[in-house]
Amino acid sequence: MKLYINSVGIISPSLQASGEWQLPRVDENYLTCIEPDYTQWIQPQQLRRMSRIMKMGTTAALMAVKAGESKSDAIIAGTAYGCLEDTATFLTKIIELNEEALNPTPFMQSTHNTIAAQIALLQNCQGYNQTYVHGAFSFEHALLDAGMLLTDNPAQTILTGGVDELTKAGHAIHSRFNKYRKENTPYLISPAGDGTWAGEGAAFFMLSGADESTVAIADVHTFMASSSEQAFQQLDNFLKQNQLDTNTIDFLLTGKNGDQKNDLFYDQLIDARFSDQAVGAYKHLCGEYSTSTAFATALAYTILKHQTVPVSVLNSSLNTPIKTLLIYNTYGQHHSLILLTV
Amino acid sequence: MSSGVYVAGAGALSAIGHSYATSFLALKNSTHGIGPLSSLSSIYNGTLPVGEVKLSNEQLAAQAGLTKPITRTALLGIHTAREAIADSKLNIKKWRTGFISATTVGGMDRTEVFFPDFLKDNTQGILSDVIHHGCGATTDLIAQALGITDFTTTINTACSSSANAIMLGARLIRQNKLDVVIAGGTDSITRFTVNGFKSLMILSDELCQPFDASRKGLNLGEGAGFVVLVSSRVLQEENLKAKAILTGFANTNDAYHQTASSPDGRGSFAAMQNALTMAGLATSEIDYINLHGTGTLNNDLSEGTAIARLFAEKIPAMSSTKSFTGHTLGACGGLEAVFSVMAIEHQCVFANLRFETTMPEVNLTPQTKFEHKVVNHVMSNSFGFGGNCSSLIFSRSSVG
Repeated sequence: MKLYINSVGIISPSLQASGEWQLPRVDENYLTCIEPDYTQWIQPQQLRRMSRIMKMGTTAALMAVKAGESKSDAIIAGTAYGCLEDTATFLTKIIELNEEALNPTPFMQSTHNTIAAQIALLQNCQGYNQTYVHGAFSFEHALLDAGMLLTDNPAQTILTGGVDELTKAGHAIHSRFNKYRKENTPYLISPAGDGTWAGEGAAFFMLSGADESTVAIADVHTFMASSSEQAFQQLDNFLKQNQLDTNTIDFLLTGKNGDQKNDLFYDQLIDARFSDQAVGAYKHLCGEYSTSTAFATALAYTILKHQTVPVSVLNSSLNTPIKTLLIYNTYGQHHSLILLTV
Repeated sequence: MSSGVYVAGAGALSAIGHSYATSFLALKNSTHGIGPLSSLSSIYNGTLPVGEVKLSNEQLAAQAGLTKPITRTALLGIHTAREAIADSKLNIKKWRTGFISATTVGGMDRTEVFFPDFLKDNTQGILSDVIHHGCGATTDLIAQALGITDFTTTINTACSSSANAIMLGARLIRQNKLDVVIAGGTDSITRFTVNGFKSLMILSDELCQPFDASRKGLNLGEGAGFVVLVSSRVLQEENLKAKAILTGFANTNDAYHQTASSPDGRGSFAAMQNALTMAGLATSEIDYINLHGTGTLNNDLSEGTAIARLFAEKIPAMSSTKSFTGHTLGACGGLEAVFSVMAIEHQCVFANLRFETTMPEVNLTPQTKFEHKVVNHVMSNSFGFGGNCSSLIFSRSSVG
């Protein structure tokens, strides 16, 4: 089942204008979103009660709805950690106040489904409502679900997205696993170094089963792999099922995150399967986070739509038209493939 | 029925029992499992009524063959998903087998151990305590223990989570993406949820009284419930006996308020109605409703109003088994799906404990005692914060 992308709404660390993506400002070793004027999208009294991730998620969704000029029949969100800031706030208050006289608001807003629920509330969408919370597969599984809904009813429009926020506590904890760069570097991916940049973002898509747009998500696959060989095998099978092989992929968008240990896999992948293809990366634009593939999908959409690859993504020219684009992302042993076509 | 989805196995773990069989005995004998909180370091310890699983983390880990302590949410899940698979007598390795779990707290029980030290100094706190904080990490731990390598995912739609997990499993089978899905949910009691529901002032300091006029709120519980869903092909080729057929399901959103249900229960009404349409059943054909029935003023009135409207012609037997187990949050949809399957397998309906007085706003009297009767179709309701409403319908395999 092809998922046609009718429109995109995105809030990310890099500004996007007419197909080009500006390199974001790096604060030490993390990227944070350039947030819009939310009052353009949400009533002030509603905004006051919203946490940052809620604002980012709901606004990105509203942007997609507005650009798509249609109502959504269902809402599906993917978020690995949900409303992390509210979670930390409530945990902190439990300890500080020794469980007494607690304000319920952060608890109410800490639940992972708060974002999809808030979108339903703002859109008065009483249809199917779902939230996937499976780590680095959260956005991919939201797409799989949207695909199944559209298989049953292609006329529907499904609002689907991925969102995760960077918080102080989250950054402090992940830093202790040595995930992030210790020195300030202006570039993330070439050359790679030790550690990556933390990131965040929200991207939502209006998806339909009818051919309203030329860009479509053709297939999605997630799998666990403990070796490169296992991963290559899964990739080959996935492409075969789509009547493709690695030679017919015009552009590979990798989840390289600038950490040389992490990126070793991608170098092997490129050597083994994509040595003659155009290959780009995206995490220098959004940072590393669990639902970064939602950002990558938005980027892929602009590449396929405008038929140009931003210089920040691929620093060489492409002669052939880009008809098929594959996003390959890894997060530990979690591997995901998102195939887009035009 | 080529697109039929069958329940080939089930596992249950809660305050009333550590297995399907012992849970059924407790339900049959109308013995609840709610008592004063004992497992948490909390000011509510010794007083707040909750439904705790009477197995320690050490006991659960030893059963699971684990040497290191892991999050209780995963331990409860491993125990129960294993029971469900064993019950199905199916060799899951032979088929495309998925695992779909639901949880609202994930590894929060361990994060709570980590957090006080971290709060004082963010270089402190033992990292292994926080490594499985994410909901998905809990599911991966369970899938690993079960040896499932195919499709694995996690859903969190608050208290309707595991009903949605079962629904997704059924859809994956109907669309021929998988042959077998172990689906349900798991949640452990944490300080986070105890204090969260306390702060919302919806915890009762007495034993909960779902659907009663004098209900004062809910009792929290913990546990897990999983079913093994299989396609008709698997059922036939493996010569399995189906406990029940999943004939209808629906997921809707109330789109009314972040934590409160609409007064007329429009979301729950639509979920129940859509599930009936899918199953091709008239309201009069439902023999038993396993209610969401949390015991809060808001939920029970909203759910009751929707049921009174939809089932005006003939009100089925109904009960909230949360009066036995407490509200197990992300696990309740799975656990109560298993209880619904039990009602079909044993041809019976369960009591809604401690019911005394009908709610003045809706004239509904739940089932007050365990009773054997003909049960062909059971509806299981699960509603949650964020307006998430889900209904499942299980049918007796001879009539489905």
